[in-house]
Amino acid sequence: MSNWIHICKLDEIPKSAARTVRAGDTVIAVFRLSDDRVRAVENRCPHRQGPLADGIISGDDILCPLHNWRIHLESGEVAPPDSGCVKTYAVRVEDGQVMLSLG
Amino acid sequence: MSEKKKLVMIGNGMAGVRAIEEILEANPDMFDITIFGAEKYPNYNRIMLSPVLAGDTTIDDIILNDEQWYADHGITLHLGKRVTDIRRGHKKVVAEDGTEVEYDNLIIATGSNPFIIPIPGHDKQGVMAFRDIDDCDAMFEAAKKYKKAAVIGGGLLGLEAAKGLLHLGMDVTVIHDQATLMNMQLDAVAGEMLRAELEEQGMKFRVSTLTTEVLGEERVSGLRFKDGSELECDLLIMAVGIRPNKQLAEECGIYCNRGIVVNDYMQTVTDPSVYSVGECAEHRGVAYGLVAPLFEQARVLAWQITGQGLKTYEGSVVSTKLKISGVDVFSAGDFMGGPGADVIELMDRVGGVYKKLVLEDDRIKGVVMFGDTADGPTFFQWMQDGKDVSELRSTLLFSASGLGDSGHSGLDQASQMADDTIVCGCNGISKRQIVDAVVKEGLTTRKEITACTKAAGSCGGCAGLVDQILAATLGTAFVESDHEPICACTELNHEQVKEQIRNRKLTMVREVMHALGWEGEGCQVCRPAINYYIGMIWPEEAEDDRTSRIANERMHANIQKDGTFSVIPRIYGGETTPDDLIRIATVARKYNVPTVKITGGQRIDLLGVKKEDLIPMWKDLNMPSGYAYGKALRTVKTCVGSEWCRFGTQNSTALGIHLEKELERMWFPAKVKLAVSGCPRNCAEATIKDVGIVGVDGGWEIHCGGNGGVHVVATELLCIVETAEEVEEIVKAYLQHYRETGRHNERCAPWQQRVGLESIKAAVVDDIDNRKALVERLHQYLATQDRDPWAERIEDAEKENLKTFAEYRPIDIPVKVEA
Ligand code: SRM
Ligand SMILES: Cc1cc2nc3c(=O)[nH]c(=O)nc-3n(C[C@H](O)[C@H](O)[C@H](O)COP(=O)(O)OP(=O)(O)OC[C@H]3O[C@@H](n4cnc5c(N)ncnc54)[C@H](O)[C@@H]3O)c2cc1C
Ligand code: SF4
Ligand code: FES
Repeated sequence: MSNWIHICKLDEIPKSAARTVRAGDTVIAVFRLSDDRVRAVENRCPHRQGPLADGIISGDDILCPLHNWRIHLESGEVAPPDSGCVKTYAVRVEDGQVMLSLG
Repeated sequence: MSEKKKLVMIGNGMAGVRAIEEILEANPDMFDITIFGAEKYPNYNRIMLSPVLAGDTTIDDIILNDEQWYADHGITLHLGKRVTDIRRGHKKVVAEDGTEVEYDNLIIATGSNPFIIPIPGHDKQGVMAFRDIDDCDAMFEAAKKYKKAAVIGGGLLGLEAAKGLLHLGMDVTVIHDQATLMNMQLDAVAGEMLRAELEEQGMKFRVSTLTTEVLGEERVSGLRFKDGSELECDLLIMAVGIRPNKQLAEECGIYCNRGIVVNDYMQTVTDPSVYSVGECAEHRGVAYGLVAPLFEQARVLAWQITGQGLKTYEGSVVSTKLKISGVDVFSAGDFMGGPGADVIELMDRVGGVYKKLVLEDDRIKGVVMFGDTADGPTFFQWMQDGKDVSELRSTLLFSASGLGDSGHSGLDQASQMADDTIVCGCNGISKRQIVDAVVKEGLTTRKEITACTKAAGSCGGCAGLVDQILAATLGTAFVESDHEPICACTELNHEQVKEQIRNRKLTMVREVMHALGWEGEGCQVCRPAINYYIGMIWPEEAEDDRTSRIANERMHANIQKDGTFSVIPRIYGGETTPDDLIRIATVARKYNVPTVKITGGQRIDLLGVKKEDLIPMWKDLNMPSGYAYGKALRTVKTCVGSEWCRFGTQNSTALGIHLEKELERMWFPAKVKLAVSGCPRNCAEATIKDVGIVGVDGGWEIHCGGNGGVHVVATELLCIVETAEEVEEIVKAYLQHYRETGRHNERCAPWQQRVGLESIKAAVVDDIDNRKALVERLHQYLATQDRDPWAERIEDAEKENLKTFAEYRPIDIPVKVEA
């Protein structure tokens, strides 16, 4: 859990929205929740690889834009009746800067 | 407005209240409604009394309309008050406590009375029928004190009652006068299999037995039969049939035969202001005892009484299912098949399956099934359709669902489907998953199914199918409901939310959710809906919430299955120019667009565009957004019209282009498509569009409420006008009316069917002041939509306005992630 990488300023992610971060072939969706907490998950829905960054954020969940699976951003768990899990990444805000760990 | 007509209904049961629901649906403001019900409960699902008795559900769960429902609809409800007199001369009814209510229209929906065989001793204590909640309660009580029960009548109701008493721990004997149980529905073979199954469950039988006397002092202690033998019992249920409850009608001089005689509009033949519906009514010689036909009657009654048009009731063919868990029985039509009849049978004694079809001229005339009844509804449908089954003959009884191609007739696709057929294409949910959820979780509404399985939760295109599967699985217990909440985040429905936004001047999505007690932060169903409503109601004040828009509407492009997007610029009226074509081609080349496609809407789609290329591409295109992604004006399709066509009577192209330019930035409850044809040959397919305009000699026909999508609906004719200016005004008024009264995600066609063409005509054609007011509100709204969304995004990008622009731009970090 060490290698923290600077992503962008918190202000550069609109509230209740996301931005994608490309690290080589992997795309990570970094979300800014309505209360300014941040979350990061791989930008691939476990259902059919939907780009989660384009979904609607509802509380601590993201609703996939393709078929509306609901995924808890903290745990990466898909809410029933669907099931599955998406990879999560540690992310935090420090002095207004968003830091991501790929650890 | 204040001059509402007075509608009184006698009887607060399933058929009557359904009729009231249909009336409210057809025209909520037409009547002041008063209902008298002899029972002390609001309308409940009588059918479910059997499962209640058998312990599978509870009384609380079978209430269909609680008292709040009546209050919400302004209905005056007199519970526990029996009407004793109808004074037709004074047009009023009188109840047992003296309450008098006048009516303009009266509905008699008094149901039926259980028939009690008048043998000696039938009036002793402990002798009862099985009809209502009180009967149910009485049986619960009796089972606590007494041990031996007898049920006279081995029909549907008798067996369900017996099963319930068995469940309550009683020793139960069913006495049936015929040799075959359920002889009205089953042949001897199936009847025998049923009896064996029920005996297995602990039920005892005396068949071919006539009861001659009820024994006992005050209370029943036993029965004596015709052959002199006796049976001990301390509870006796008579379930030998029902008689239409026509006494009240008969007393006031309304013509009755077996029941209250009605015409094809459910009006009594004696008095056109008096209607009758339900088990008490006799239509073409038949009084029905199952809810499916009664619900059909209810709809016809509502159409007639609200003047919606001519819909007639033509009688029904009924099918039956026994509601005893573990026993599957299905029957319909003429299943006996006399001598010489063409019968196909399948008998599997070990597996406990029996199926029999009676055919005549290669068409199904009757069906009996035991053990495996999955195909029952399919056969029933084929029977009603008069389908020729000669081709299928050899495999018919193995599985009908897997056969045939008759899926497109709409109404009964569900039962034709094999279990593993995908019903909800969006979510990949099969019929079996839905049925399982309904059975295992005890679901009764589509909303619950959606919450549990997701079916019908996305595009909603399969909602009808899901309803059918639900209906087929639940039998006739299924009740469609229209006033469901928007989604699971709220109790409120669309109308209530709109009203609150209007009355409390709510202008922000989060404010609405907060003020109206939302659960959580809302979802992809409610948030876009609220965002639309605030913008529609408060065009100048509302604050558009991007985060409450679904991906397409937020990105102004259609998201594809691989996360890329498609770009469709406006091509007004489908007419383009060499310069535009060159520009599109150049852009497609520059951005390596993998697919360039001519759409079904007369324009060009650039598919497979990367998100970060969208804005630069729009800039290079320099054309307006085609809104192909939004609940907005899509295309205005046109034909070549009088400019070129040898048949053309009107310049359809010019009118189409003009309309598209006038309306291009409008958002609606759902997408809107227009078309303009130059003559009735209708090359632009105007009559399956939300609004279709067809040129005729000297004028234009305005058609509306069509749909070419999942359920094809042809338009209805709104009016015929002379000039293009009038077309423009009426189309604008129609669309604004739809914007104001449509529910989010409800397209024009279902909206029009819901509110009725007549009411729309009144609002946008006949009432000229209202028409002008609608157009004015539309113009006010359009004035707030003065900029093209693509142009706005280009500007945002140039100004680095991160609020809208950031989402389009990925951040690259120089790190590799190990897999
Ligand atoms: C591109 C196009 C197919 C084509 O290549 O021809 C198309 C493509 C899509 N249609 Fe369509 N429809 C297209 C014409 C039609 C037509 C024909 C027409 O408009 O004349 C219809 C039937 C007419 C109608 O709507 O009444 C049509 C009925 C639907 C439906 C069913 C709507 C319904 O009410 O039942 C959907 C699903 C929905 O909207 O929920 C749909 C949904 C879609 C979506 C948006 C699916 C989605 O949500 O992602 C597809 C987007 C693909 C994309 O990214 O481009 N599309 N779609 C057509 C675009 C026309 C345009 O220029 O804008
Ligand atoms: C146990 C049971 C199981 C059933 N199972 C099925 C099934 O599986 N499938 C199926 O399709 N059907 C089933 N039925 C039949 C179905 O319930 C009836 O067909 C349906 O309820 C009839 O509706 P209705 O409105 O005509 O009559 P009801 O629902 O009986 O309503 C009539 C109402 O009018 C009231 N009333 C009568 N006279 C007066 C008066 N003078 N003043 C005020 N009120 C009055 C009555 O108290 C009653 O509440 C079942 C019935 C029972 C009893
Ligand atoms: S609609 Fe009539 S006028 Fe128009 S192109 Fe077709 S045939 Fe010609
Ligand atoms: S890809 Fe995410 S729900 Fe289907």
